Amino acid sequence: MDLDLADVRAVARLARLDVPEADLPRVRAELAAILGYVEQLRAVDTAGVEPLAHPLPVSNVFRDDQPRPSLPVDEALANAPARTGDYFAVPAVFAD
Amino acid sequence: MSLTELTAAELVALQAAGKASAAEVAEAFLAAVRDREPVLHSFLHVDEDDARRQAAAVDAKRASGQPLGPLAGVPVAVKDVLCTKGVRTTCGSRMLERFVPPYDAHAVERLRAADAVLLGKTNLDEFAMGSSTENSAFGPTRNPWDPARTPGGSSGGSAAAVAGGQAPLALGTDTGGSIRQPAALCGVVGLKPTYGRVSRYGLVAFASSLDQVGPFARTVGDAALLLEAVAGHDGRDSTSVAEPVPAYSKTVNEPVKGLRIGVPREFFGEGLDAEVEAAVRQALKEYERLGATLVDVSLPHSPYALAAYYVVAPAEASSNLARFDGMHFGHRTKDKLGLIETVSRSRAEGFGPEVQRRVLIGSYVLSSGYKDAYYLQALKVRRRVKGDFDAAFQSCDVIAGPTTPTPAFVIGEKAADPLAMYLSDVYTVSANLAGLPGLSLPCGFTKSNLPIGLQLLAPPFAEETLLRAARMVEAATDWHARRPPVKIGA
Repeated sequence: MDLDLADVRAVARLARLDVPEADLPRVRAELAAILGYVEQLRAVDTAGVEPLAHPLPVSNVFRDDQPRPSLPVDEALANAPARTGDYFAVPAVFAD
Repeated sequence: MSLTELTAAELVALQAAGKASAAEVAEAFLAAVRDREPVLHSFLHVDEDDARRQAAAVDAKRASGQPLGPLAGVPVAVKDVLCTKGVRTTCGSRMLERFVPPYDAHAVERLRAADAVLLGKTNLDEFAMGSSTENSAFGPTRNPWDPARTPGGSSGGSAAAVAGGQAPLALGTDTGGSIRQPAALCGVVGLKPTYGRVSRYGLVAFASSLDQVGPFARTVGDAALLLEAVAGHDGRDSTSVAEPVPAYSKTVNEPVKGLRIGVPREFFGEGLDAEVEAAVRQALKEYERLGATLVDVSLPHSPYALAAYYVVAPAEASSNLARFDGMHFGHRTKDKLGLIETVSRSRAEGFGPEVQRRVLIGSYVLSSGYKDAYYLQALKVRRRVKGDFDAAFQSCDVIAGPTTPTPAFVIGEKAADPLAMYLSDVYTVSANLAGLPGLSLPCGFTKSNLPIGLQLLAPPFAEETLLRAARMVEAATDWHARRPPVKIGA
């Protein structure tokens, strides 16, 4: 499996996962082994086969649009790492 | 006879006859939990006072003459990936170490409505990703048959709790074999229902098109009882199916007349341990003695199922686990960083190595340029795998084979080799890809006294046939009656 450290850095950025530089070689080797194993899927003749995303033949499941109570604010915020008043507190989204 | 030796059905009957109270039953199992936890570590969280309050409420309800649910006063252990209102739900992860859900999962609501006593939350591989329970952030669970070995996973805590006599029943989840594989390695019954049979509401999602909630028990009858309690439609999970729930526990003792058992040649190939194969072949002979017919079937794409699974499951996991960003709940890094850096650092600190691997693999196979080669090709192979089963079930009622290629392995043995660990799911993943129900039950022991599991698979929503077929061989053998060497006070 042809996977280099730059590929691992790129996929880690896509996954929003901070992988330290020192760990990159180990992670690269592990990912390469797994991707190498799944390469065998290419040997299966799938010409004309539709992808199966889901085992059930269901689609567009609707339920009645009835108002229900929502989670009280304090309960919704109870697990928040940080709060400010009735809001989730997060780092600044836009720089100054 | 000790209360902890009884089946759930016997515990229900005993309490109905006034010969034991829910409080006495709860105390007996709480004592077994206390006693065996130092060895097994099946649980992540047990609130003894809460269990006692629930048991007292059942006794009070009985005393006042109110009707009681089908699991009245029966303790049930719950895998710590199912939300429990007001009770910490960690998924075996530092990410959710302090997470307290504001609601119950559907399956948990059903347990409460059935008057069961929720005993505690069981250990698991982090976010149900693993096959040995070694990936728990809070330490591994040990196999009651040999504490040097893993109980399997990811529902290893639930399997060990039932095998070790700490709980008569437990709930687990099965995405690629996480109920059946630990059931096999711990010598208990485990059932993965048809996709859609049990609501996933309140189940912390790993791979949404594969995940199912299901029962662990020491007997097939008890598995039927617990499945009956948690199965059924729930509008909060759009993939929950509105099929009626049969009275599994009422029909489980009826043998299936003219049972045709498909034996796929692909399940008896390279990599299968000789002792496991011998025990499974012996079980098949037993079925023939009971009047069943063995049918040679082929699942030609099953050798590719594991590879397809290890693309589809990580792809769905990378998407599902994107919610853990350290903003609304879960771990947030203490480092003062910008927004994206905070998310990335929080995830790196909160997720263990296997979860990180799967998130990376999933992101890779879904990324631009690789999606067709990996993800879409895996989904096409998935349809092939399902097509094989559809064809095979034209000539048989159930499919039988080994649940796992080997008996329980030693802790640490496969920890450094993720691929070797994945191979322990080689016979179980197909059922998840195809959405089929599957069950593992004990069918023998190795020379070194480790349990061996027989896997039975059935067409969608044929759980009734699956349970009745499993009960046939259970009733004719006594493997399920063996108890592991871990004893109270040992």
